[in-house]
Amino acid sequence: MEKHNLICINCPMGCRLEITITENGGWLIEGNQCKRGLSYAQKELTAPTRTLTTTVKVKNSLLRRLPVKSSDGIPKEKIFEAMALINQVTVEPPISIGDIIIENILDTGVNIISSRDL
Amino acid sequence: MINYEVVVIGGGPAGLAAAIEAKRNGVNNILVIERDRELGGILQQCIHNGFGLHVFKEELTGPEYAHRFIKELKDMGIEYKLDTMVLSLNKEKVIHAISREDGYMIIKAKAVVLAMGCRERTAGAINIPGTRPSGVFSAGTAQRYINIDGYLVGKKVVILGSGDIGLIMARRMTLEGAKVLAVAEIMPYSGGLNRNIVQCLNDYNIPLYLSHTITEIKGRDRVTSVVISQVDESMKPIPGTEFELECDTVLLSVGLIPENELSEQAGIEIDPRTKGPYVTETMETSIDGVFACGNVVHVHDLVDFVTEESRRAGKNAAKYVKDLITNQGKSFNTKPSNGVSYIVPQKVRVDNIDNTLDIFLRVRAIYNNAKLVLKADDEVIKEYNKKHLAPGEMEHLVLPKKLFADKDFDTLTIEVKEAN
Repeated sequence: MEKHNLICINCPMGCRLEITITENGGWLIEGNQCKRGLSYAQKELTAPTRTLTTTVKVKNSLLRRLPVKSSDGIPKEKIFEAMALINQVTVEPPISIGDIIIENILDTGVNIISSRDL
Repeated sequence: MINYEVVVIGGGPAGLAAAIEAKRNGVNNILVIERDRELGGILQQCIHNGFGLHVFKEELTGPEYAHRFIKELKDMGIEYKLDTMVLSLNKEKVIHAISREDGYMIIKAKAVVLAMGCRERTAGAINIPGTRPSGVFSAGTAQRYINIDGYLVGKKVVILGSGDIGLIMARRMTLEGAKVLAVAEIMPYSGGLNRNIVQCLNDYNIPLYLSHTITEIKGRDRVTSVVISQVDESMKPIPGTEFELECDTVLLSVGLIPENELSEQAGIEIDPRTKGPYVTETMETSIDGVFACGNVVHVHDLVDFVTEESRRAGKNAAKYVKDLITNQGKSFNTKPSNGVSYIVPQKVRVDNIDNTLDIFLRVRAIYNNAKLVLKADDEVIKEYNKKHLAPGEMEHLVLPKKLFADKDFDTLTIEVKEAN
């Protein structure tokens, strides 16, 4: 039997999770206020990911930076590698919210998309 | 003089939601006045995600959250003015404003919604000893530099205060290649959300020093180091606990203050607890027909709650225009007691409530397994069990009208009762 304490980062509630992994591989969870707590705990303890939000350079616009985000979680250990790639990109208007800026970054299956219109 | 039915001062999340809701409730002649070059307010620089979980049931970035409201406002044809500064407001709801495009304007409104938001406490407000070198920024200023203008403000950073903006900036600076050496927090607990401690500090092994503060900033032209000391229970530095960190930048995340110069000038009464206007159940201030919502009333942790509160203000501004708000009938005041630092609204007129009354409050300290006890004068009318209460986490109570509608009382007291 294995016990873990985590703080769920799915939403601002920040539930304090108590996870027990039993000998036969079952997961027991306490302290979560919604069902997303369990899937967060399982992911966090096996293959943690994070949504990455940052900016890319813009030229020929009133704005100098375009806010972007990953369309899904990126493996935690690849965050800095992803940042290095994103920082090489320069974009120009017109861009719409949701447009893909980098497709399938680092073969994660995750896209980097625009957070606003430009 | 230009006439409008509803004028909203401020085009951030509060102003946008209020204007949209006023329109939905049948007012057509609305103006939103924004001093920045675009709508959306501070959301435009909050590029991180975590917005919208209550309102949209999904996780959005700040610009995405703003986009939904800006789009809706434009689709509804609501008028707005950018780069426009409101200079004054008076009791007759006459507004003086100025912009490069329109020049000097005098605007008369039937109802006004104040949605000016808040501003950061500065180094001057907290009196850090030491020299005055460059490299000391408020966290929000640094956020604007990095996310809007594209400047990294430093390479070796110490952050004072563990409010959410400070935590978010610790991660942001780290991602862009700066080294964040420490976050010092004078209180024995963080003022930020738990999730931000996990994903902004723990993820990047940034140490959080609780009950610590900066006792000296060194450097002549640019910051060269800071001295950090532990503090005792009365927040006094403990001699002998000092340590020095070499750095080029200090970010201050030491609290937000509602921005009420306009309100005060207009003679609106300010609650010393919230530092925002006293408001009623309709979000009406001490001046008839002047409503207020969002961070100008009290500093919120979540924009979702700003949106909910502002929709209420917008809806009631529309009702006011149609003369549907009453000052008659039963009313009571709310009073924070033992363990509760403030309550919004401060006054309730029962007849203006449809079905439920929304109450926002903050507690003074951290409590586990405690109760929030509501008393109508001396009678306990409701208790809420709370697993965890913290000053950094605003509490939102929704009281059914039937709980208090039949009772005759002057004061609704809310207090914390600790577990035995």
